[in-house]
Amino acid sequence: MPKPESIPPLRPLLAEELEPLATGAWILGAGGGGDPYHAFLNLKRLYEQGTVITLMQPEALADDALVAPVSTMGAPLVGEERLKDPEVAALAVTQMEEYLGRSFDAVMSLEIGGSNAFQPLMVAAVTGLPVLDADTMGRAYPEAQHSSFAIGDLKPYPLTLADIRENAVVVARVASWKWMERISRKVCTEVGSVAATCKAPRSGREVKEWGVLHTVTQAIELGRAVLDARTAKLDPVQAVVDHAGGRRLFTGKVTDVNRRATEGFLRGTARVAGLDDDRDSELLVDFQNEFTVAWIDDEVAATVPDIICVLDSTTGEAIGTEALRYGQRVSIIALPAPEVQTTPKGLQHVGPRAFGYDLDFRSLFTDGS
Amino acid sequence: MRRIGVDVGGTNTDAVLVEDDGVLESVKTPTTDDVTTGVAESLRRLVERLGGEVPDLDAVMIGTTHFTNAVVQRRDLAPVAAVRVALPSGRSLPPFVDWPDDLRNLVAGRVYMIRGGHEYDGRPLDTFDAEAVRAAARELCETDIRSVAISAAFSPLVPECEEQAADILREEIPDVRLTLSHELGRIGLLERENAALLNAALIPLADLTTRAFTEAVEQSGIDAPLYLTQNDGTVLRAEQAKAYPVYSFSSGPTNSMRGAAFLSGLDDAMVVDVGGTTTDIGHLKSGFPREANRTVEVGGVRTLFRMPDLLSLGLGGGSIVDVDGRTVGPRSVGHRLTQEGMVFGGSALTATDLAVAAGFAEIGDAGRVTSLTSDVVAWFDRTRCAVVEEGVDRMKATADPLPLLAVGGGAFLVPDHLPGISEVLHVPHGEVANAVGAAIAQVSGEVDQVFSGMSREAAITEAEVIARRRAADGGADPDTVGVVEIEDLPLAYLPGDARRVRVRVVGDAASDRDTASNLKH
Repeated sequence: MPKPESIPPLRPLLAEELEPLATGAWILGAGGGGDPYHAFLNLKRLYEQGTVITLMQPEALADDALVAPVSTMGAPLVGEERLKDPEVAALAVTQMEEYLGRSFDAVMSLEIGGSNAFQPLMVAAVTGLPVLDADTMGRAYPEAQHSSFAIGDLKPYPLTLADIRENAVVVARVASWKWMERISRKVCTEVGSVAATCKAPRSGREVKEWGVLHTVTQAIELGRAVLDARTAKLDPVQAVVDHAGGRRLFTGKVTDVNRRATEGFLRGTARVAGLDDDRDSELLVDFQNEFTVAWIDDEVAATVPDIICVLDSTTGEAIGTEALRYGQRVSIIALPAPEVQTTPKGLQHVGPRAFGYDLDFRSLFTDGS
Repeated sequence: MRRIGVDVGGTNTDAVLVEDDGVLESVKTPTTDDVTTGVAESLRRLVERLGGEVPDLDAVMIGTTHFTNAVVQRRDLAPVAAVRVALPSGRSLPPFVDWPDDLRNLVAGRVYMIRGGHEYDGRPLDTFDAEAVRAAARELCETDIRSVAISAAFSPLVPECEEQAADILREEIPDVRLTLSHELGRIGLLERENAALLNAALIPLADLTTRAFTEAVEQSGIDAPLYLTQNDGTVLRAEQAKAYPVYSFSSGPTNSMRGAAFLSGLDDAMVVDVGGTTTDIGHLKSGFPREANRTVEVGGVRTLFRMPDLLSLGLGGGSIVDVDGRTVGPRSVGHRLTQEGMVFGGSALTATDLAVAAGFAEIGDAGRVTSLTSDVVAWFDRTRCAVVEEGVDRMKATADPLPLLAVGGGAFLVPDHLPGISEVLHVPHGEVANAVGAAIAQVSGEVDQVFSGMSREAAITEAEVIARRRAADGGADPDTVGVVEIEDLPLAYLPGDARRVRVRVVGDAASDRDTASNLKH
């Protein structure tokens, strides 16, 4: 994605940027990450009550600054009944400060895709910390070992996890990122399959070296491109592709969605019959919470880590893997993966083989585009 | 089977008598402000057409847009108290959050957030705070608010907290009117709660309207159980339906699609219903409109109703045509068409006038539109074709060619040939398809909840048992109930093979009138 130029190191995030952020983040969710609606609603209310959040550029971070990477972990469906609460989001962070005996200088999102784009904003609204213009995925992925900090082999612990009942858990030490995922997932299940977390704290230097930078701004601008296109009655899907330097893979109608739950994930395949220029073709797209691999007429068309998105052909709105259904008119697009994920080490974590496919990653975007 | 179907629309009240597989008689009368008079008049004229003899009937089925209009027009709404049992979760997003200000000001009475509710797996979220509910009830008793909506976390799965809160409210406020969110459906606390709040606000109006319908039927001398039609093309007995006015929100377009299916004998088709102001386009599958899966907004409020997936376009028989600006609609002369349209002697140029000039409609006096140039007529012809074609293409959920049913008073605006359409069919009585749809409506039962700790097959079987019981409670003849929809969704990250299962069953309304009256409480 194009790097935003000349952004001030610290600036207030404006109320009118919240909706574009929700729209853009939901697209970057690649089918997962959860609908940002409730988190967006929280922020909208907080802004109505006078809250203003500071957005901080990662370049402005001191090397020895301390940053809190945050997320809500759990099942999106549980979030439909147990609504997001900024106080709980902040509790995970204050718990970590207590454990470390040190205060944070900024907060950042684990994943910009889906509702976790708003997690640091909710924390910031309560704590007053600035929100860093960065995340660790540039999209959404299901598990902790998919973050760029895991790709960088940074220390995976400690982690704090906060529950609505003021239960808080510190995971002090784990053997690996995968163990962190296993242990924290277990605790999360016990408190009702949704919890606020603060991941292993990071230094400013670590964030600048391993974070996926400027993704809050990118998500806002992506969302704004969609909303502007809708207002101007232009094709919002094309607006996404043009804005993000992506590629339109296929246009059609969903003809079948086959879902199954294995190892705690929503896995499955959607089948899309071609329309317009794609008439007489068929696209298959697999998902493991997020979209992983797409085939057109049995040829691989795109794989992780490239960001595969299914958008409503008319509105350009992202469609989550749980909401896909027969008859929807959709456009399937691919957006370029963050660079850190396309290195050999990155591909070990988030390449096709990391998701169980015997496929090599072939980027759609390396040939000069 | 012999039934009367009535559709109370914004402009017309239509009534039909349907027997087994055919329409015996139909009438169209103007809708009146008090509703009763219009319905009574349409029934009176229907009976008159039948030779004055009141027929022996199995049921009278009424469909109305009355409740949606009340919300959209912000009238006849009662103030509501919200009781939500979900603390310590959800504190930052209280009931009425994200409602349009004017509607919130009108409806939002008091808000009480109470400890309790459940988790997805049925464990309590927190200990239910009965004392807090009692304190809220005593406070409410001192106000003039009597409509209360109760919601609780995961109540579609475990309704216990909503039921306990309801018991306490009834003890403390004898004349309280309650809406429990779990009875309105699905997972999604805010949307389900919104539905409950709107429902609670509409209950007094629903009471009045149902009484008006009952009186109109009695005045006409008809002795048959009265049903109200629902958003999904099915009916509930009036006694039960009056507690759930939100279920009737979108029944008009649904009825016209179901009616079109019945009149044509087709189960799988596109339906285009052209009225005076709008054209509604939907896809009929297995005799029912395809449902919208996403959140549906009513009057600016997000809900999760069972609504047909419809595209509504601003093209109708009364659409005003601006020749200079080259626009058709969305403004319409509506029910004044027969006075203001040019072919009727008026001065407004409408879609109907141009249809007459172009020769695809024969209504009124064609001599009054001879001054329209062939250029204008050709432009209009292209425009209405393009509008309908695009709408049909957007709503059609299969690439295979399908037949198209053109119904409603303005059906002549539908072109004879469209891409992706095998044939365009106009059916007898198509102009009252919505009343026909009401007459043939069935009774449904639905379940949408999370099952865990059992196999997929066991979960689906259990869901079907619950859905069948709900259909029977709603007045279905159990022998005719069949499954129309099964959808299951394994839940990401949840242990215990948790899955969300949605099952919908439908059956014929029980025709035995003794059974029907016994079931009334």
